[in-house]
Amino acid sequence: MASLMHYASLHSENPAYSFSEASTIPHSEASAGPRQHAFYPYTDNGGSTLGITGETFAILAGDTRSTSGYNINTRYEPKVFRIGDDDSSPIVLSVVGFAADGKALKERLDTIVKMYKYQHGKPMSVKACAQRLSTILYQKRFFPYYVHAILGGLDEEGKGALYSYDPVGSYEREQCRAAGAAASLIMPFLDNQVNFKNQYVPGSGEGLSLKEKPREPLPLDAVVGIVKDAFTSATERHIEVGDGLQMILITKDGIKEMFTPLKRD
Amino acid sequence: MPGFDFSNHTRNAALHARGVPLPKATSTGTTIVGCIYNNGVVIAADTRATSGPIVADKNCEKLHYISPNIWCAGAGTAADTEFTTALISSNLELHSLSTNRQPRVVTVMTMLKQHLFRYQGHIGAYLVVAGVDPTGVGLFTVHAHGSTDKLPYVTMGSGSLAAMAVFESTWKKDCTRDEAVKFCSEAILAGIFNDLGSGSNVDVCVIDKDKPTQLMRNYIKPNERSKKERNYKFQKGTTAVLDQKIITREEIGRYVTVHEIAGSDSDSGSLVVVEKMDVDDQP
Repeated sequence: MASLMHYASLHSENPAYSFSEASTIPHSEASAGPRQHAFYPYTDNGGSTLGITGETFAILAGDTRSTSGYNINTRYEPKVFRIGDDDSSPIVLSVVGFAADGKALKERLDTIVKMYKYQHGKPMSVKACAQRLSTILYQKRFFPYYVHAILGGLDEEGKGALYSYDPVGSYEREQCRAAGAAASLIMPFLDNQVNFKNQYVPGSGEGLSLKEKPREPLPLDAVVGIVKDAFTSATERHIEVGDGLQMILITKDGIKEMFTPLKRD
Repeated sequence: MPGFDFSNHTRNAALHARGVPLPKATSTGTTIVGCIYNNGVVIAADTRATSGPIVADKNCEKLHYISPNIWCAGAGTAADTEFTTALISSNLELHSLSTNRQPRVVTVMTMLKQHLFRYQGHIGAYLVVAGVDPTGVGLFTVHAHGSTDKLPYVTMGSGSLAAMAVFESTWKKDCTRDEAVKFCSEAILAGIFNDLGSGSNVDVCVIDKDKPTQLMRNYIKPNERSKKERNYKFQKGTTAVLDQKIITREEIGRYVTVHEIAGSDSDSGSLVVVEKMDVDDQP
């Protein structure tokens, strides 16, 4: 996924350091001229979200804690929302990052999906909604919605569909995705447990000629177990994750919402 | 050579000027408190250590020994609280040996503030010093820049506001030992649940005028991890082995002395356990 969020670290670009150059670079802010103050319109409200698809379902989950710095704003602020309120084509959006932008984005997409149905007399497909969300995000290319969005639903064949986005609209359909504060903790776990990365079939060869463990769609109860374990583990090791776990399950029978408490420390 | 080694300072300044960030130190985000009672003093701490937003240690010890009747609770940079208290503890022992007297809490407080002031806040130790000595009960806070306070109840660290809110609403004058333990543990709990820098368990230390000091490690454990939903044991052979090298005892014996430990895998009780580790057990 090509993303704005990627940048090369200074360390790899500039391996050589020189003492003589150092003195020419100002050390403190004071020597860099007057200190400028500016309004900073973004805040990070922490938390994490995650989505996994199965053969006939998609699940989106997010913790319900909202933070600023070392403070908890609230222990219950959902990050996963229903979009469009149409039972024949259920769409769910999760947003994590700057909560105000997340809310604004969800409201906009919800309105657009509803207007689509009024104007065309049919519900918007998840594929179309996914493309539309990308457009909405890119329209604000130079003042982005500061969120990592994940869109879930069922595709035309009734299979679970999941789309993940960067803040400026680059998107991709995936089997699973973790986003937010603890994404770096959860994503490797998902790679291993959902896509069986780094797992081989025992005794099928030597070294790298071993056969990779084949990907198979996971049953619903296994996926729910993985989601819960991902969040209880993220709660253990990330200070911004906790309080509650909201899960929205999308099947052909509609939408089911589940809530599990998480640790509150 | 005693003291700190500054030989890398010029190099580090050059690296910093080129935009290389300083290494992140483990900070004990922390809620620490102290409260005096009619016959002694109580201090308490949470047990979470953080590195940025990541929990580095879920059950660390923030109550440091100074002398049998003087203990310290530490917040700030973990290494600084650890080494500063160890240094002062050591010097205090020598001092009490040479003077033939019981160490005093004010002495500890003065040694700490003079040490910290000399380093102009670069030693990031924020401490609550508490204890009993021949002059009575002592309770102080010492900030990294060297300022100190003497109060009947104190809080420090990122959870200090949450903890102080508890003291300000529930604290009473001339309380008993049990009341002081209650105030302190409730204050720590407020920090654990309302401050993201604090978490896990409550450690309490009671220093009484007439009784030996009681360190109550993990006095309250309100945050036990629930059982995992799934089993994560891999089948043998799941991980690809790319290369292996077998070193026999004869080979390694050429470089080091090999000792046989009787029943090393079945009877580990005979071995010296330096420090016990907490690990999540697999279902």
